[in-house]
Amino acid sequence: MSVPIRRPRRRGGPYAWIVWGGVAFFLVNLLALILSVVVDSFATSWFGDWLPRGFTMRWYAEAWDEFGLGDVLRVTLVVALAVVLVALALGVPAAYALARRTFPGKRLVLLLLLLPVLLPPITYGIPLATVLYKFQLAGSMAGVIAANLVPALPFVVLVMTPFIEQIDTTIESAARMCGAGTRQVFLRVLVPLLVPGILAAGILVLVRTVAMFELTFLVAGPDSQTLVVALFSAAFTPGIRAAQAIDAMAVVYTMLSAALLAVALMFVNPTQIVAQVKETPVD
Amino acid sequence: MTTGLRHRLAERGVDRVLLLLVPAVLTLVLLFLYPMLYGVGLSLQPRTGGLLDNYRAFFADPYQSGTIGKTMRLALPAALINVGASVPIAYRLRGRFRGRRLLTAILVLPVTLGTVLVADGLLRYLGPKGWFNRVLMAIGLVDEPVRLIYNYWGVLFSLVITGFPFAFLLVLSYMSGIDPTLERAAATLGAGPWERVRRITLPLLAPGLATTFVLAFVLAFSVFPSANLVGEPANETRVMAIAAYDAAFEKYDYSMASTVAVLMGVFELVVIALVLLWRGRLYTGSTGGKGA
Repeated sequence: MSVPIRRPRRRGGPYAWIVWGGVAFFLVNLLALILSVVVDSFATSWFGDWLPRGFTMRWYAEAWDEFGLGDVLRVTLVVALAVVLVALALGVPAAYALARRTFPGKRLVLLLLLLPVLLPPITYGIPLATVLYKFQLAGSMAGVIAANLVPALPFVVLVMTPFIEQIDTTIESAARMCGAGTRQVFLRVLVPLLVPGILAAGILVLVRTVAMFELTFLVAGPDSQTLVVALFSAAFTPGIRAAQAIDAMAVVYTMLSAALLAVALMFVNPTQIVAQVKETPVD
Repeated sequence: MTTGLRHRLAERGVDRVLLLLVPAVLTLVLLFLYPMLYGVGLSLQPRTGGLLDNYRAFFADPYQSGTIGKTMRLALPAALINVGASVPIAYRLRGRFRGRRLLTAILVLPVTLGTVLVADGLLRYLGPKGWFNRVLMAIGLVDEPVRLIYNYWGVLFSLVITGFPFAFLLVLSYMSGIDPTLERAAATLGAGPWERVRRITLPLLAPGLATTFVLAFVLAFSVFPSANLVGEPANETRVMAIAAYDAAFEKYDYSMASTVAVLMGVFELVVIALVLLWRGRLYTGSTGGKGA
């Protein structure tokens, strides 16, 4: 049995109170902001009072029918999953090559990978949309998937490269010594070791694709809208639809991405994205 | 290929492993590089006039060239606020204590809100009849509602709410990467808390802060939905993204749209390059926040 050791309380000081006060102020306002959308999405009508007159569920039903929310959700999931799968299939091998080799022109390849992450999506989104329209790919699901690959693929490569660098090359050599071919080394040695990294990258791409507005907005047609785009179009043409129905849709969107984030946090420790944390041992 | 040549190439790192790069690079060349170059080419072929006429027209028209300043006036403060506010909070959260994970999760949660919900919420909450103005009037701070939406402030708030979680996560991550023993060593040598922050933590954190600033700036720079929904898209918050979109999908002038898009990329890269140049002069070592 260990004797509980009394640890000195962290001394706050006035400075700490300012910081926590600021955080509290931010969070209270944020909560009120979210609540005002949620309350409105259940409101019968709400004009100029502290609270609406009555509550109803009908806006959710209306949003579901009128916006074809079922279809939109299906498109969103298909697009996001397709982007994740393709980005992983192309990105992981590329990350392997970048992690294991230095070769002439490597900096150029890295630049090609960094630019899509750094440039604003509108910058390459508009020319990309023009090109996709020229090849009649725009407005289709394939076009939306292709456009979303542009930021997703470099993201996978950039996340996976340090992951692969951490894996000891002797493990691969040992597998080869035992007679494994390249394909076997990849599938039976590397991939199992990389599962945590692949999951992390995949989930982050999924979250980002669901949230990606600009690119999808620029290339999507009426049948290939994802939820964000449908939501923006609804919000941007006010008057046609009840504000409460838009709120209901926004709440549905937030629930979806909150669920995705919760799954992501199960696999990724958010503080370890860029650095291995050296935590003080618990005494 | 002869074995000799293959050997020499392999010594420089060129062998069959590089074939694994081909699909990814090819995809990016097709979907990113080609459209980019096509866009640059398109911007040089105006509907009327010579090679650089689009660019000339853009800078000659204050309604168009003013978008550069408007974008910067939103993106720079938003990025500064997001990084600046993250530092003290992450500093308080760097150690281990009960509730750390929960607090981190709460601060990261706004990531899931999405710009439309934030915009919607801002319109309701900060609107003239929203709770915020009601509270202000109830306690007697103001006599009539403060105007915080459909202008610059609404967009800035939205950029802070959606951008802060990203900046905070990165700063927290860099902060956790700093070896805690360094600070204890400084304390042993007699450095006070403020001195430790100024002489140990901040210098080690600076490269990471520069990186975070770049990413926060990139996020804020492409502001589009919120500038439309909570801003004044015809005037005060007519950012470059709106100008590009208008040219492409309202006027169907793809050449001009490409011009604005190219300029947008150029101005963003200039800011990034300046920050990275400054960052290059900072210390990046193994014990640092791994900002390298």
